[in-house]
Amino acid sequence: MQAATDRRHRMISYAKYGYIFIAPFFIAYIFFMLYPLINTFILSFMENRTENPTVFVGLQNYQHILFGDASRNAQQKAFMSSMGNTLILWAGNFVIQIVLSLLLAVWFSDVRIKIKGTGFFKIVMYLPNIITAASVAGIFLMIFGKTDQSVVNSLLLKWGVILKGGNIDFTTDPVYSRVIVMFIQSWMWFGNTMLLLLSGIFGIDPSIYEAADIDGSSGANTFFRITMPILKPIFIYVFITSMIGGLQMFDIPYMFHHGETVSPYLKTVAVYIYQAFRKDHNYGYSSAASILLFILTAILGALIYRFNTDSSAPVKKKKAKGGKV
Amino acid sequence: MADSYNYSNKAYRRNLMIHSTIRFIVCVLLTIICLLPIYIIVINSTRTTAEIIENGFSFLPGTGLVENFKMLGDGTKNKGFFVEAFNVLEGYRNSLIIAGCSTVLTVFFSAMTAYGLTVYDFKLKKFATAFILAVMMVPMQVVSTGFLQFMAKLNLLNNYLPLILPAIAAPSVVFFMLQYMRSSFPLDIVEAARIDGCGEFRTFMQISLPIFKPAFAVQAIFAFVASWNNYYTPSMIIVNGKREMKTMPMMVQALLNNNLITEFGVRYLAILLSILPVVVIYLALSKFIVKGVALGAVKG
Repeated sequence: MQAATDRRHRMISYAKYGYIFIAPFFIAYIFFMLYPLINTFILSFMENRTENPTVFVGLQNYQHILFGDASRNAQQKAFMSSMGNTLILWAGNFVIQIVLSLLLAVWFSDVRIKIKGTGFFKIVMYLPNIITAASVAGIFLMIFGKTDQSVVNSLLLKWGVILKGGNIDFTTDPVYSRVIVMFIQSWMWFGNTMLLLLSGIFGIDPSIYEAADIDGSSGANTFFRITMPILKPIFIYVFITSMIGGLQMFDIPYMFHHGETVSPYLKTVAVYIYQAFRKDHNYGYSSAASILLFILTAILGALIYRFNTDSSAPVKKKKAKGGKV
Repeated sequence: MADSYNYSNKAYRRNLMIHSTIRFIVCVLLTIICLLPIYIIVINSTRTTAEIIENGFSFLPGTGLVENFKMLGDGTKNKGFFVEAFNVLEGYRNSLIIAGCSTVLTVFFSAMTAYGLTVYDFKLKKFATAFILAVMMVPMQVVSTGFLQFMAKLNLLNNYLPLILPAIAAPSVVFFMLQYMRSSFPLDIVEAARIDGCGEFRTFMQISLPIFKPAFAVQAIFAFVASWNNYYTPSMIIVNGKREMKTMPMMVQALLNNNLITEFGVRYLAILLSILPVVVIYLALSKFIVKGVALGAVKG
């Protein structure tokens, strides 16, 4: 009894410090994120084509971008094609990225077959991830430029693959431009994904592998029967966070073009939103598209939470240590 | 039964050698793919425009590095289009102000928030923790329209404050620090400090912060690099088109979309200069960074 009162007394006297310590975070968050989110939500129900709308229009903006109407099919087409572009660019980049990083993660963690210079390789492979995306776009823009001086076209000319004047315009061609953007995204992110997967593999008890080795399990068998099942939660985490990241894909698709206009084959949802408020000053459409993006992100985030609470106890323990949601 | 034991020891070893060599070669190829684009930028920034026109690709450096450097500040070349778009010192200055201040705010206030949630017991503690976890993945793109309109109303456009102050609230950094503190912060220290009559804030500043230092260093690097590389938010807020306010990525973008800049060497040099600081930081601290990537970083 005495102890209980004592503890309650202590809690009461120090509780206020708890609030004081977390106050700055919450004030800043409410001011710079939560209120803007609510504001976006409100704006999505207001008239479009203006920066300070006053007329409430209900779900009209959503209707326009999702289903179109008689006079404004252009908006619906633009939004839907931006969703399509996002999906194509993300899926292509994810396939390359995950195959590469899974392979490398398994190799780097293999205790039987050691690769020399693993530390060096990890450092080099993560390097593209820290370079400014705008500059990465610039690098590849100059490599894949349309002019005779750009790297790839000049080599193709020299080797006689193309004739003078027949330069390939990699930035406007639907196939080339998308494949290049997928490549750039994978180039930037495979190191990051590899390190995430690697941390998951290192969490697996090495004695399991020893036992498998003694029992004569082949490399492929060990991978599919042991590594993959244990890695499943972190794999799902990587998959869904990559999808959330993919929905926000902006810098590279937005900048991979010459001159002023963004290529229609590279216009992602984030680019659509950005152009709607920045170029067209159409806050109605940009906020409606943002809210749809928010709903998608929330669903994906909830999926991570769900999968993680389902997973088996030892893996959960490991993940908690590894610092992932 | 056991495959590896049916091999003679020699054959088994040879098998491992072959595998190891194949893997090594694949890794070397990937290293080349990772470094080649950067190598091309480095080489071409040392070549004159004439050399680049003659041959777009070369393995060896050219003779134009000094000339390209001079052209960085030369308003007479390219009818001044280049200087209009790009100024390396202003870019460094602006990006450094924003990224530096953001990093300090992120690390300090995230530590403070995580400390408050670890050390104290209060009614809303559970709710606050759950809230931070829940909002960790809300992307900037989603709130940008509302953010922009709000900042415009407050007259904060073309101002660095909306780029710096939001750094106070960084949910993913708080989450990382929360986990770090829960696993390795001895609460007895706080108790001991109290008994010795040390105030709560002093305990945090002078006793707890030094203990957290190593773990926070990694988060600081990531926060700095993320802020330095950010194009999206600055391009939303800095809309007056004035070069002296632009961040480095914004200048790169202005450079890229200007077809009238025909001096190629200096274009390459400008891009090289824009990535140089983060690459130097990375190479100097790469061991920490590579270790820190998997620790609570939430990225696309």
